[in-house]
Amino acid sequence: MGMISSGEPAGWCQAHQDAQQKSHLVQLVAGSQVLLFFYIFIMEVDRVEKDGFGVLVKQGAEARVFESNFVGRRSIIKERFSKKYRHPLLDSKLTLKRLNAEARCMTKARRLGVPTPALYGVDPLLHTLTFEFVDGLSVKEILLDFGSNGINEERLVDIATQIGNAVGKLHDGGLIHGDLTTSNMLIKRDTNQLVLIDFGLSFTSTLPEDKAVDLYVLERALLSMHSSCGNVMDRILSAYRKSSKQWSSTMNKLGQVRQRGRKRTMVG
Amino acid sequence: MAKNKTLIAVGFEGSANKIGVGVVALDGTILSNPRHTYITPPGHGFLPRETAHHHLRHVLPLLRSALDDADITPADVDCLCYTKGPGMGAPLQISAVAVRALSQLWGKPIVAVNHCVAHIEMGRVVTGAEDPVVLYVSGGNTQVIAYSEGRYRIFGETIDIAVGNCLDRFARVLTLSNDPSPGYNIEQLAKKGEKFIDLPYVVKGMDVSFSGILSYIEATAVEKLKNNECTPADLCYSLQETLFAMLVEITERAMAHCDKTDVLIVGGVGCNERLQEMMRNLKNDLLRKNNIYIPRHCCPQMLHSETNGRRPAAVDSRRSTRATFAGRKDAWVADAHLRFGDVYRQKINTAIV
Repeated sequence: MGMISSGEPAGWCQAHQDAQQKSHLVQLVAGSQVLLFFYIFIMEVDRVEKDGFGVLVKQGAEARVFESNFVGRRSIIKERFSKKYRHPLLDSKLTLKRLNAEARCMTKARRLGVPTPALYGVDPLLHTLTFEFVDGLSVKEILLDFGSNGINEERLVDIATQIGNAVGKLHDGGLIHGDLTTSNMLIKRDTNQLVLIDFGLSFTSTLPEDKAVDLYVLERALLSMHSSCGNVMDRILSAYRKSSKQWSSTMNKLGQVRQRGRKRTMVG
Repeated sequence: MAKNKTLIAVGFEGSANKIGVGVVALDGTILSNPRHTYITPPGHGFLPRETAHHHLRHVLPLLRSALDDADITPADVDCLCYTKGPGMGAPLQISAVAVRALSQLWGKPIVAVNHCVAHIEMGRVVTGAEDPVVLYVSGGNTQVIAYSEGRYRIFGETIDIAVGNCLDRFARVLTLSNDPSPGYNIEQLAKKGEKFIDLPYVVKGMDVSFSGILSYIEATAVEKLKNNECTPADLCYSLQETLFAMLVEITERAMAHCDKTDVLIVGGVGCNERLQEMMRNLKNDLLRKNNIYIPRHCCPQMLHSETNGRRPAAVDSRRSTRATFAGRKDAWVADAHLRFGDVYRQKINTAIV
């Protein structure tokens, strides 16, 4: 990731300069995409608070998520921590690779017209990302609620369509999410808009194989967790077909990938 | 049957290169568990036909010693269990045929057992784990399973070969001995490894893929060993570190996804002490209180043969009280080992000679 220090702060954040005296403004040039003007703060976080970055919201598999305040805006800080079980070399390689992938792919997804939280900052030393706070429930919570309290058909169709559209747009733009589970999709409380998060396993690829595996991961996540909601995947795929121009080759490949899953039927 | 008499099940397991006969009581007590492994020369794997012949030779002597060790007669047996699948077709048929014949001779009901579910249930009986995320790793299977919405569901699995298969096949490249098992010999060699060699790391959501790593290390091994850049021990060490990190990672992902705090490791690769150590270190990484369960059979001294035979029996003696018995004519095997996903049912109307 190219990082160029810049002495000149951007207009909108000048007002907050006093509050954030320790912030350095850094311009991120994501790959060769110079079009993207993303001003990024590397914050020298004073580790006064015991939690480090604010209020701990969630402890995920490989990151801690904190709610914090970024120059007056409600924000989320995602800290990737080192995993003690892994070999140190492997661990540092993976942590940095995923931090970079997440920053790059989140912004690329936004450019492709898929809503993701706006990225405010990247810190490769503390392994943190700072981005916009999205107020809403995850699709997982909504579907689990459907499972126990009955399905709101209209809402389910809306969510499935949005998922299909979003994944279609990502794939046509050559972006693979890599971890499409219902925990990684949020629905904004006020607008009911779908927001994709957690791009740590994302990468760029135009191969039908990678796209198909991406959809397969989603299909499996839905089957294992939300089978009581009926066949959500069919709805997602029909929206995907409409939104992706290359749907045909991806769907053919998906059929092959499904065959590859080894003991899914658990016959015996 | 007297009321205080506990149910006794005899289980037959022969889904891969081991044949085992186990006698187990309803509470999970193992009365006997003899078994025999088909060991091939270094550099070779086991083929269905030869493996089936091996099983055929050993199944009856094993049954005899199982009954003798448990000090029971056929009259004490309440039900017969066998591994229905998944596994290799030909070896599976041996125990299926044996059980059908015995069922007719002794007039006992048959219970067909799913190999994977039996692994999990047995692990739960032995460890007392309530509702764990299960990492099932063996020569033929790599799955992360949890109980959700009324049944066991697979949350993550390999999208190509199993982790044990990957290790076994690499052992063949290094022509390590297959005695007692290739994985065990890789583990011992890996302890001497010092240098970490960068290998592909392939995690896709909660799924993993091993075939690329295998191709890569097969090619690199020949090259690097020739140029004296590393030792076979370094390669084993790096392979283990990479594969197991992937497994622990998908387990952790599944735990986060379905909000469970306990882990149970089952299957042959679970014997590997390095994998066990990594899983225990995962515990330190999480803030939440969690338990890592590793069944007794996952001890290196016992190796994985410990599970065989006892495995179907342990689950069935518990189940048989409520399960419907499979009719003798319905005792078929499921061969899911042929090619990726080519799962088909095979009626075993003809006995193997």
